[in-house]
Amino acid sequence: MPTRILIPTPLRVYTGKQDVVEAEGGTVGELLANMTDTYTDLRKHLYTDDGRLRSFVAIYVNDDDIRFLDKEATPVKEGDTVSIIPSVAGGRAS
Amino acid sequence: MTVAAAPPALSNAEVARYSRHLIMPEVGMDGQLKLKAASVLCIGAGGLGSPVAMYLAAAGVGRLGIVDFDVVDYSNLQRQVIHGTPDVGRPKLESARDSLQAINPEVHVETHEVALSSGNALEVLGGYDVIVDGTDNFPTRYLVNDACVLLGKPNAYGSIFRFEGQASVFAAKDGPCYRCLYPEPPPPGLVPSCAEGGVLGILPGVVGTIQATEAVKLIMGVGEPLVGRFLVYDALRMRFRELKLRRDPDCPVCGDNPSVTALIDYEQFCGVTPAAPAADSSAGADDDATVEQLKASIDRQDGVFILDVREPQEYQICAIPGSTLIPLGDLPGRLHELAGRGEMIVHCKSGARSAKAVKLLRDAGFAQAKNLRGGILRWIDAVDPSLPKY
Repeated sequence: MPTRILIPTPLRVYTGKQDVVEAEGGTVGELLANMTDTYTDLRKHLYTDDGRLRSFVAIYVNDDDIRFLDKEATPVKEGDTVSIIPSVAGGRAS
Repeated sequence: MTVAAAPPALSNAEVARYSRHLIMPEVGMDGQLKLKAASVLCIGAGGLGSPVAMYLAAAGVGRLGIVDFDVVDYSNLQRQVIHGTPDVGRPKLESARDSLQAINPEVHVETHEVALSSGNALEVLGGYDVIVDGTDNFPTRYLVNDACVLLGKPNAYGSIFRFEGQASVFAAKDGPCYRCLYPEPPPPGLVPSCAEGGVLGILPGVVGTIQATEAVKLIMGVGEPLVGRFLVYDALRMRFRELKLRRDPDCPVCGDNPSVTALIDYEQFCGVTPAAPAADSSAGADDDATVEQLKASIDRQDGVFILDVREPQEYQICAIPGSTLIPLGDLPGRLHELAGRGEMIVHCKSGARSAKAVKLLRDAGFAQAKNLRGGILRWIDAVDPSLPKY
């Protein structure tokens, strides 16, 4: 049963403009790995070169930040929604 | 929020002005006097700062500070509603002050024409009760966050991109700060800016009024502040989502053992080197072409291939004649369309995206790809001023 992952606007350019993608996996780590296998360009935006999740991208399972759960080992179950919440600079054009 | 021991009473004119507040039990005379005794600093008089400052002025916040050093531009008017068409070319602070005084002459408007920095932030922010962050760049965002934590001032935060907004209240007592959510900024260039991505003009209106609402609630001490909660707004789906935010005990600024106890160099922290543009520094002069060289090439009809890596919407606004459009994001998947091309000149709006494209092309074996310095904006300035700029 695939889990829905909500893609924020700045990263949709790497998912073929989709705002929701689906991936299989029992944990957040597995989900994200499977997702970035499909959308390879996303990988460098989510992970550092040494494979750590980038610290300007927050990953939520439902309304909770995985850093305060089990990080990438946080389990996902049917019906959960995973969200990627990136930092956004916002404001006017420069 | 501390209120002066003997708060000033409202004049009859003020009673008339604020009557719709005064008859509400949650505000009443006490709340209105708290607003009058309070001070709020808006960082930026742009998209977010416009509704924030206008509504806070209308609401009767006694002292309203604004930090900005920019000049009103035509491209601001689509969303920065505090400025009007006759204000184009004026300093934003002057234009904002006029608008606010017209809305409510009772409000004392203070303008700070400075670029906020580690050297002045504590002094500027220190003079206010509540800070509203309407900044547009990461160095200032982290600077404002850290200064608010160090000063113990709540920060009504908002951020926008295209159709999506974020809001929260950071650095409130016992609440999380921006760094609890994002300990570090993204490296430059990895997250597109609004200049590249655009923004729905109404979006800052929605997010800014949320920030203003939170400022007023903090001042009056009513309701549930947006502390420990992160609001994400999607205008296209017209949906608000609320995420939990927690104070991180290991946060470098507001954690139990903070490592940041004074303001730092935020340009360096965010990897921004002031003089260098976003262009790839590894791309030397050999990778560059000038608009004059391109024009000469076109005039010679030597068949130069011009690759435009902007988005289709941008191409629609203006384009260099004869250019081929492949947006940067699509380029890796469409390299085969360029097979056999020799010299090609790659351009975008001002040169940052095309520098990335040239690197990508060269890595893929297109050794003769060159970046058009200054992009189509330079082309318009130097070669064809009849084209519209955006």
